[in-house]
Amino acid sequence: MASVALTNLDPASRAAARGWSDLTIRNLFIIPTLVFLIVFNIFPLIYSLGYSFTNFAANRGDAWQFVGLQNYRELLSDDHIWSNFIITAKYVIVSVAGQMIVGFGLALLLNRSFPMKGLITTLLLLPMMMSAAVVGLFWQLLYSPSWGPINYVFGLGDFAWLSNPDSALYAVAITDIWMWSPFVMLLSLAGLSAVPQHLYEAAAIDRAGWWYTFTRITLPLVSPILLIALIFRTMEAFKTFDIAYTMTTQPTAELIAIRLYKQAFQQWDTGKSCALAYIVLIMVLAITNLYVKYLNKVKER
Amino acid sequence: MAAVRTSSEVAFNRIAIAAVLIATLIFLAPIYWIASTAFKPKELAVSVPPTVLFEPEVTPFVRLFTKRVQMQKAVDPQVYDAAPWWEKRIYDGGERVLKVGKDVQLSQYPDRFMNSLIVAVISTVLAVGMGTFTAYGFSRFKVKGEADLLFFILSTRMLPPVVVAIPMFLMYRMVGLNDSHIGLIILYVAFNLSFSVWLMKGFMDEIPKEYEEAALVDGYTRMQAFFKIVLPEAATGIAATAVFCFITAWNEYAFALIMTNRRAQTAPPFIPSQIGSGLPDWTTIAAGTFLFLLPVAIFTFLLRNHLLRGVTFGAIRK
Repeated sequence: MASVALTNLDPASRAAARGWSDLTIRNLFIIPTLVFLIVFNIFPLIYSLGYSFTNFAANRGDAWQFVGLQNYRELLSDDHIWSNFIITAKYVIVSVAGQMIVGFGLALLLNRSFPMKGLITTLLLLPMMMSAAVVGLFWQLLYSPSWGPINYVFGLGDFAWLSNPDSALYAVAITDIWMWSPFVMLLSLAGLSAVPQHLYEAAAIDRAGWWYTFTRITLPLVSPILLIALIFRTMEAFKTFDIAYTMTTQPTAELIAIRLYKQAFQQWDTGKSCALAYIVLIMVLAITNLYVKYLNKVKER
Repeated sequence: MAAVRTSSEVAFNRIAIAAVLIATLIFLAPIYWIASTAFKPKELAVSVPPTVLFEPEVTPFVRLFTKRVQMQKAVDPQVYDAAPWWEKRIYDGGERVLKVGKDVQLSQYPDRFMNSLIVAVISTVLAVGMGTFTAYGFSRFKVKGEADLLFFILSTRMLPPVVVAIPMFLMYRMVGLNDSHIGLIILYVAFNLSFSVWLMKGFMDEIPKEYEEAALVDGYTRMQAFFKIVLPEAATGIAATAVFCFITAWNEYAFALIMTNRRAQTAPPFIPSQIGSGLPDWTTIAAGTFLFLLPVAIFTFLLRNHLLRGVTFGAIRK
């Protein structure tokens, strides 16, 4: 970052003497984007902040009242909402842990040369590029208790993955692990390929064991990039909506984003939804902040 | 790895490669299941045990694109003989294709597919266009509070769609943009713009600024230098960014579910909505899913060398 030299914005520079000045061009290039993002992202959020202090319901015309912090108070003392947060936390932990283990494991296996490595890596990356909603829908068939290939292969009989309250959330997490382990794999591969070979050679000369080499050389050098994968996936898993929404209707798999959607667009409890949206938003921004911090750290290397 | 390989290392290497191949098969199995179900006869899609090998047929695609009704009695043999091959396949299933006069009535699928295409293409062009200019601005000029502005831009990408959708829904309702292409395009541009700025900035930073400076010395204006020197150099980066933005818009579900219901509905909310009550026709759903996933699969291969960059917002290059 710092190595990129910046052009001096001298209005009297040679280029500025012809055509537009650098200052004009810079503003022309940057300001429209900032304005666009403010109008379509920040302004709506201010708008909904206002509504979060009211009892506005979008399906009931305009008769609403200012209720102060009541929405926030109610939400924070609502057991139902807390259970949604706990479900979300469970989901985040299971699916992100699964992705980290499977993804990093795959990367360790892939980190050697063999024929068609490029093709196989790309094939493994396919799941994460696809639409979560549409693919999630199709996993309903894969999980089907009567004719699903998963139960057939594992001999699970008529176990109903998605309509069993105890397993629905984990079934969604498994699909999410299938979808996003490739992401962790991709980042880990980059980290692994950046480990200097001479370190491994030195370890081999010292007759260091596999475990020693792995914990003292590989892991410390790959961990910054693993951390990025971890934070990013945590943030995304926390926001999960589509994959869980199209796969199951079980209340035990009602993630916070689904709860928010239902409250806003099915119960039309708009004011309260805006308040809940703000609680979610603050959590997401906290993780985003962490993410950018570590992203910049890795970038500087 | 040491230069001299012991036999146990060679053996371990073989085991690792075998494990990779098995993992690849497991990861591809769900995708194979979608693709194969799209070509299965109806009854084989829900057979016990599940059918892996079968004689493929394209009837699910005929069903996907046509409006049909169940027939009360068998079709007249003369009508059957006169029908084109694809219509026969529908008659074989005990249904007939709905027609207005002689024109076959199409299902909603092609409409929804076109909506996806329109929204994804236009939003991509706008997001990448604006993003390229902005990235150049950040890459080449001094900007006060650059780090903060870039964080602000990235943070807009991280907003949960449902959170943004609530106020946007209310505002769109006021100005009549609900269920419109323009409304969805605006949301997708806003969503992809931050990504496109970050990714393009990574590409721009890699173009030596000496190129433009030489052009400036030669008498180009800054704008000429940008269009004639920088843009051609950035072409690969622009293409990769565009494909990423397209895939994101193409796959997007939450905004589309909330903001559209008929006219501008895209494929992702439409495909799951086909599952009504009763036994779903998985072959037709699979056919629709297959066609919908195909462009993304092709793009993934075209993008393979840029994927790492894309998923880390340009922060990590190979």
